[in-house]
Amino acid sequence: MAKPAAHRAPPDRPFGPLVFDWLRENLFSSVTNTLLTVLAIAFIYAVVPPILDWAVFSAVWSGTGRADCIGEGKGACWPFIVARKDQIIYGQYFADQRWRVDVVYLAGALGLAWILIPRLPGKLWAGIGMAILFPVFAFVMLSGGVFDLPVVPTERWGGLLLTLLISVVGIAVSFPIGVLLALGRRSSLPVIRMLCVCFIEFVRGVPLITLLFMAANVVPLFMPQGVSLDKLLRALIVISLFSAAYMAEVVRGGLQALPRGQSEAAAALGLGYWQTTLLVVLPQALKISLPSIVSSCISLLKDTSLIATIGFFDFLQVIKSGNADPAWSAPNVAFTGYLFAALVYWTLCFGMSRYSAYLERTVAGGKVGAGRL
Amino acid sequence: MSGRDDAAAAIAPPATAFWADPRLRGVLFQAVALALVVCLFWTMASNAGEALKRSGQATGWGFLWNTAGFDIGFKLVAYTARDRHIDALVVGLLNTLLISGLGIVLATVLGFVIGIARLSPNWLVSRMATAYVEFVRNVPLLLWILFFYLALIPVLPPVKQAMSLGDVVFLTNRGLYVPKLHWTDGAIWIVVAFVAAIVLAAAATIWSRRRQKATGHRPPDLLIGLALIVGLPVAAFFATGAPVSLEFPELKGFNFNGGLSILPELVALLFALTIYTAAYIGEIVRSGIEGVSKGQSEAASALGLTRGQRLRLVVIPQAMRIIIPPLTSQYLNLIKNSSLAAAIAFPDLVHVFAGTSLTQTGQALEILAITASIYLAISLATSGLMNVYNAMTRLKER
Amino acid sequence: MKTALAAVLLAAAAISAAAAQSASPTLDKVKKDGYLKCGVSDGLAGFSNPDANGNWTGIDVDVCRAVAAAIFDNPDAVRYTSTTAKERFTALQSGEFDLLSRNTTVTMQRDVALGLEFTNVTYYDGQGFMVKTDSGVTSVNDLNGATICTQSGTTTELNVADYFTSHGMQYQILTFEKESEALAAYDSGRCDAYTTDQSGLYAAKLELADANAHTVLPELISKEPLGPAVRQGDDRWGDIVRWTFYVLVNAEELGVTSQNIDEQLNSQNPEIRRLLGIEGDFGEQLGLSKDWAVRIIRKVGNYGEIFERNLGSGSPLGIARGKNALWKDGGLQYAPPIR
Repeated sequence: MAKPAAHRAPPDRPFGPLVFDWLRENLFSSVTNTLLTVLAIAFIYAVVPPILDWAVFSAVWSGTGRADCIGEGKGACWPFIVARKDQIIYGQYFADQRWRVDVVYLAGALGLAWILIPRLPGKLWAGIGMAILFPVFAFVMLSGGVFDLPVVPTERWGGLLLTLLISVVGIAVSFPIGVLLALGRRSSLPVIRMLCVCFIEFVRGVPLITLLFMAANVVPLFMPQGVSLDKLLRALIVISLFSAAYMAEVVRGGLQALPRGQSEAAAALGLGYWQTTLLVVLPQALKISLPSIVSSCISLLKDTSLIATIGFFDFLQVIKSGNADPAWSAPNVAFTGYLFAALVYWTLCFGMSRYSAYLERTVAGGKVGAGRL
Repeated sequence: MSGRDDAAAAIAPPATAFWADPRLRGVLFQAVALALVVCLFWTMASNAGEALKRSGQATGWGFLWNTAGFDIGFKLVAYTARDRHIDALVVGLLNTLLISGLGIVLATVLGFVIGIARLSPNWLVSRMATAYVEFVRNVPLLLWILFFYLALIPVLPPVKQAMSLGDVVFLTNRGLYVPKLHWTDGAIWIVVAFVAAIVLAAAATIWSRRRQKATGHRPPDLLIGLALIVGLPVAAFFATGAPVSLEFPELKGFNFNGGLSILPELVALLFALTIYTAAYIGEIVRSGIEGVSKGQSEAASALGLTRGQRLRLVVIPQAMRIIIPPLTSQYLNLIKNSSLAAAIAFPDLVHVFAGTSLTQTGQALEILAITASIYLAISLATSGLMNVYNAMTRLKER
Repeated sequence: MKTALAAVLLAAAAISAAAAQSASPTLDKVKKDGYLKCGVSDGLAGFSNPDANGNWTGIDVDVCRAVAAAIFDNPDAVRYTSTTAKERFTALQSGEFDLLSRNTTVTMQRDVALGLEFTNVTYYDGQGFMVKTDSGVTSVNDLNGATICTQSGTTTELNVADYFTSHGMQYQILTFEKESEALAAYDSGRCDAYTTDQSGLYAAKLELADANAHTVLPELISKEPLGPAVRQGDDRWGDIVRWTFYVLVNAEELGVTSQNIDEQLNSQNPEIRRLLGIEGDFGEQLGLSKDWAVRIIRKVGNYGEIFERNLGSGSPLGIARGKNALWKDGGLQYAPPIR
């Protein structure tokens, strides 16, 4: 918006009028527009300074407990977050075993970096590694029981560890399942199509907390006597399948947007179903639906907060239960916890959406023009 | 496994073996898949049946007619602890429908405002709308619900210091108390008048559109409709001798008695659902409007239409075709997300029936099956309605 | 995906079919796993509560520890599952854990229709109310019209309905999934009263910032016998839990404590000799070892020790023994003899 105005201006005009031009064009072009601008400024003035004052200028930055944070005119209580940092990062993981969590964090960060930085080679291997090797590695490393590592039961995993682990593994597992379901829904085989439609519509029609409750408390009933699956694993399966149903619809959208000619041309070249799908159709369809795939991933990350309803102490729950601690409990402490949680979730989710926009611009848009509509 | 077989079969020379015939292979593959799914369900059912028999748990649907024994804090129909579980189910379902219905209306309104604001020529307004969308939808809904609940209660005054509006409406941390309509005989005529007014108003709209087509002049159908909808019930009210009286809330001991109370839980949940879903709807509306070709808007502006008229008469009707399908799934999400009510004690279907009734009766399988079916039915009904609406708008567009 | 799942399930079914049958399938499974799976609360001081390091403590937790000690001679061979009131029965029924020790009221409905078996009453309680001291309320009967906060899926919900209806009093109920949420709502002024088992009220007071600003009303409106439960259909497993608790009570009655257990092993009192497995083979009959009771008392203590440590003078709760004293001291705790 600002640039055309600048181009139109004569080169020797001073800076000041330029600003006025811009302001007139963008903020005060008409009476309604001026009114809107005034209202918006009033709104910002009413909201932003008090929040900033509460969160930063009047905030308590050091202290050891509730007593330091209550009192007239005191804002956010940041020492609460510092005091809880171990639980936030590790949950109730045994203190002397926390290096194992650090190793998993590090491995996850390296793997993600490999996938996310476009310049690095071997994306396929990185993807396979993150989707198959990383979950196995993380599970063995965290639960122990082999290589002299003491067992840490999954009930003790918590905090950011649990939130991130479920998100990463959930995304890695739900993506391929979602693609298969999408293909199944468009399959020419009626039984397969029907099964996929039933699955997708059932999962999308029922609230996640009901599905989680089933996974936690009812699924063991369906298993043969004496066989048990870890509760966390069951929760993970449900979250992955839930997300896969949504992923399937997103991928289906991409498949539908692809011109028929693509698969017909591939068939004319003598490629079979799987070759056509894997080499011709999917790469293009996935590029089309990339933004929606990423929003599915963001939804999954946010949905992890619901596992608190079946007794897990995820990131949000750790902060919430910290609020109930009598050593800290006070309204501004609770707000501080929620603000911190919101900022962390926001950073993660917004980072993901920005990355997808960047990917769209560079990779998908640059190389394959046909993939863009 | 099957994927590799298929691929191998595809490269194999045609018509050499039976497994190379794609049709036969398809039938075989489907039969195996179906058999596996049936087998899985059969195994699960028999395991569950055995486990239930072993533990001697009560089964069947009879529990629905047993006395529930618990009270529910917010109900749209008469219900006491002496009623049955099936009545509790109805109370919870109505609460879910109430919160979903209100949420859908409010989120749609706010979402359209946000979506249009994002495309506003006013730099400040469009940036604010963008900031809103990017902040709200990147934070989990559960956090929003908890936040609004936490924020709401301390802000509201305790009962003894209730804020009041002319001693008729009271606002306290127990909720908002408003006068309740008290129906007596004859009140049914007011409802009849109201329904008749709606039908007449719709007829007036159709008539005025015909006039517009025929003469180019449009009679003020909106005004006529409004007059009908307000006027007829009021006329009926007086004609039948004022059969509806107001029941005012009054302070008795701890709480206000009488009147209609709107719980803070309901408000917090509604707030969170609206704000969260509106961020998504805003994005849908924006991309829908952007999807309408620029020429449409330019042509409208060449005809001398203002920005508001362009949006209302030209752009949005066309954008609706793009907007409806994703909007439908947002509505479905909102309905399902209303089940987070349990986090702040609002008695919705999941909280009352799949929560309290489930614990009191212990019949988890039956109750979860009912709950899941109800949500599926609501989802199907909603998407069915939206599909009808979609088909209608599409027909009119030609 | 479905294919793989089915294959896993089928394979698992084959494994389980191969497993041998014995007197207690649950005990066999627990022994094979090497730990006891125990369902506890979502945090209730004195009964089952995780400390800052996530280690569970409380009287309900000590019941789990005692059973684990009897089986493994190791009270720490327990995996705790934190459950909400709403989840607990479904989770026990489905086999999510094998022992529910979660301040659960014994009722006929639960015993008969839910497929559960209550083994003992570990704590005799009653439902009480807590109000803000400055509200001026001194009796439950002053609560007409009040808004009441409690946890959903509990007997408290039902008792409140019974009591208020039968006394012709109005009220509004607000039920939360977690005890801590209900308490927080009460604390914030959303409710006039908070109700739960009276022991829970004393625990709740500790969770409030200013304990003195709250009063526990004197009346109890119900009987709340709290005890552990197991699934129906494995009687021997029920026996193990039942007699583990009776060992705790009998040990207190006979004066056997975790401190003096080694001297008591030389006791000539026939009752003590039978309790400690010097005479008789009760342990083996349960499918455990001969010295099962010694393991329990040495590692966990007797009922009195457990009570004082978690609820009584040795705890911040400071609850008097009251009805939970031994029968010979005028209480209700009475264990059948071991013979």
